[in-house]
Amino acid sequence: MTLTLHRIAAHRVAAVVLRQFYLLRGSPARILPLFAWVAIDIVLWGFISKYLNSVASAGFNFVPTLLGAVLLWDFMVRVMQGVTLAFLEDVWTRNFLNIFATPLSIPEYVSGLVISSIATSSVGLVVMILLATSVFGLSFFIYGAMLVPFLAVLFLLGIALGILGSAIVLRLGPAAEWFIWPIPALLSPFAGVFYPLSTLPHWMRFIARLLPASYVFEGMRAVIAHREFSAAPLFLGACLAVAYLLLVSWLFGRVFRHAVRTGLIARYTAETAG
Amino acid sequence: MSKVLSVTDLRKSYGTTVAVDGVSFEVGSNEIVGLLGPNGAGKTTTINMILGVLEPTSGSIRIEGVDLAAERSRALEYTNFAAVYAPLPGNLTVQQNLRIFGLLYGVKDLSRRIEDLLQQFNLEGFREVKCGVLSSGEQTRVCLAKAMLNRPQLLLLDEPTASLDPAKAVDIRRLIVDFAAHSTGGVLWTSHNMYEVQEVCHRVLFLSRGRILLEGDPKSLPREHGMASLEELFIAVAREPLALERT
Repeated sequence: MTLTLHRIAAHRVAAVVLRQFYLLRGSPARILPLFAWVAIDIVLWGFISKYLNSVASAGFNFVPTLLGAVLLWDFMVRVMQGVTLAFLEDVWTRNFLNIFATPLSIPEYVSGLVISSIATSSVGLVVMILLATSVFGLSFFIYGAMLVPFLAVLFLLGIALGILGSAIVLRLGPAAEWFIWPIPALLSPFAGVFYPLSTLPHWMRFIARLLPASYVFEGMRAVIAHREFSAAPLFLGACLAVAYLLLVSWLFGRVFRHAVRTGLIARYTAETAG
Repeated sequence: MSKVLSVTDLRKSYGTTVAVDGVSFEVGSNEIVGLLGPNGAGKTTTINMILGVLEPTSGSIRIEGVDLAAERSRALEYTNFAAVYAPLPGNLTVQQNLRIFGLLYGVKDLSRRIEDLLQQFNLEGFREVKCGVLSSGEQTRVCLAKAMLNRPQLLLLDEPTASLDPAKAVDIRRLIVDFAAHSTGGVLWTSHNMYEVQEVCHRVLFLSRGRILLEGDPKSLPREHGMASLEELFIAVAREPLALERT
């Protein structure tokens, strides 16, 4: 087995990012979804949290538990979509032949997608934080310094899911786009976004333990409830997220090699992929 | 004449179907080589392999002496291409597309280079226009401007003038001939316009069923095979390749 080390050329990564910037700058239809859906989610769950506070027993605050969870989950979803949407721009414009006939390497291309996602998901995160703190009184002090590793683990998972989604579309064709949008909804029951994992039946708990997000939300609830918080499970979640990121990066490379071997890159349409 | 492209025993098969079957040829510096053949002969498959977007089943491709299989990025820095079936993203303006591809190819002094190309290809009035709303002829000119961005050592052109009117086609042909004459690069050109091929190509390769059937000077090759014109020779290759193989 040979190990190939790729030299990342910053100007080629910048080209991938610049393309996203140009598209966003010239299109309100692309800018609005960066924050509109997450803002609606925050408003909806903000009012649900306030209502639950008014009917539940005094002393338990639903705002950091539910609204905070929604904010963190939506952040992960926006990171994933940031990668897949940047990739899909090349699918929609049938641009694979043009870009992959340049010196651009796969690590450079994926790096460009990730940096684009950091920029676009940051917009959503800032809007969510502003709304949650100013309108619904969510205080991030309650999470303390743990907010940073929580966000970091979800960020890594979001990137991994985004690359996985891109690999699925590259392998199966543009029509497979509809396989990737429901991925977060499919994972959320296992991630324990709104409830402790102990609520789940055993078989679901087993799957939950394979999901880095479940360690974040269990940790978040422990911090809010001032229960004893052990960093070890969160560290395990972070290790899983890194492992998944490496795994899907390898998978994307394999799928790309397959596409080059079969000629899919050169004639990429819904009809030819498969 | 130094070689900008060396293709050796190139083969591509899909299962039992052989698309390109042991093709070997070279393109020299300042040379324009025509890659001719009927539809399905293997021209685009060959070009796609040289562009690194299709992996050969066997054989080797060296661009400026760099092995494409071993050093893909470095080899592709020396190339560029324009093809009628590969328009640039329609949701970006002409200038944005040229800037992005200029960065991908690592073009030095990019802003100056873009201005020169906009002028050279008569695209100054379209710099802020999205490529998707350009006419097919204008899109072709943008693709050619993109193909010239990095002053490639190897320029691959797949039917570059197919959607141009005769007046524009003449201008584009002149630009490409000038490129070959005044740079150190070479050009591999496919076209179904035999008049054009005869006018611009120094040498032609006739492909049929994935193999090179004939090779030579487009001006003398028809006579050598008892044909009146290159077009007549093309039709003979397309209809009776085996008969020509025996001559």
